[in-house]
Amino acid sequence: MKELSLNILDIAQNSIKAQATLVGIELCETETTLLIRITDNGCGMEEAFLERVLDPFSTTRTTRKVGLGLPLLKLAAEQTGGSLSIRSIPKSRSENSGTTVEALFHKDHMDFTPLGDIISTIEILIQGNPDIDFAFTHTMPERTVSLDTRELRAVLGEEVPLNDFSVLAWIREALTEQYAS
Amino acid sequence: MKSLEELAQIRERMKNKVALREANGEIRIVVGMATCGIAAGARPVLNALVEQVAKQHLDNVTVTQTGCIGMCRLEPIVEVFMPNEERVTYVKMTPDKVPEVIEQHIKGGKPVVKYTIGAVEN
Repeated sequence: MKELSLNILDIAQNSIKAQATLVGIELCETETTLLIRITDNGCGMEEAFLERVLDPFSTTRTTRKVGLGLPLLKLAAEQTGGSLSIRSIPKSRSENSGTTVEALFHKDHMDFTPLGDIISTIEILIQGNPDIDFAFTHTMPERTVSLDTRELRAVLGEEVPLNDFSVLAWIREALTEQYAS
Repeated sequence: MKSLEELAQIRERMKNKVALREANGEIRIVVGMATCGIAAGARPVLNALVEQVAKQHLDNVTVTQTGCIGMCRLEPIVEVFMPNEERVTYVKMTPDKVPEVIEQHIKGGKPVVKYTIGAVEN
């Protein structure tokens, strides 16, 4: 992947497939590090599966529920001297099931992949999944950018889907403005 | 910060649009957005499609996302479904090709054959 924002788009698809109703995308940046945290309230993963998801060679066609996305993100993190961790509570164990993926990057490492166009990633996630809520926060040393679709939904009511083109344009502009301010 | 007030205005405007959308024959554009598609460049293609459809007010067109279609080496893949027409599959799509597909196929009804799977594979 050319941009970490593409990895984020990819990993969030796992949450969507896990039937999450709320997906959190948090980016915490310092001068030298970037932490990406993707949380969801989906069905989670059983321990046996959790052990395998990071190994691209153990996922076979028939059992392929996650695929190459996580190994790719892990590689991107580790090649900067960072790391990736996953915590998951399967539905079989708790009503509060869900998965958290955390990846830490060292930005000053030569092999750091730039974050890229995160606004497009957020827009595309909402565009493709208007019934799922996304809570996005990007904390940087100088500013914080955030967008929560639950707030938008409260204003729009039930008759206007979040992926209506004028709503998507609003989302893009709102994020662009926050990054520029 | 953009105001939520603007969203409320969108909601007001939308009230009149719903009936219009239902009256037209729906055209569906589907973009493959699995790992393979994303890595091959599906996101900018999808962005370009959404932008064009919105800008030209193509109210009878919906743009949706799907998983891996099974032809990863030909990604980004875009499929177009029109009422009473066979599905058209565009492969190795780029944002540059989007305006042509919108103009000729979505608006004009004539598939851009050179970008379709049949033309690219042969």
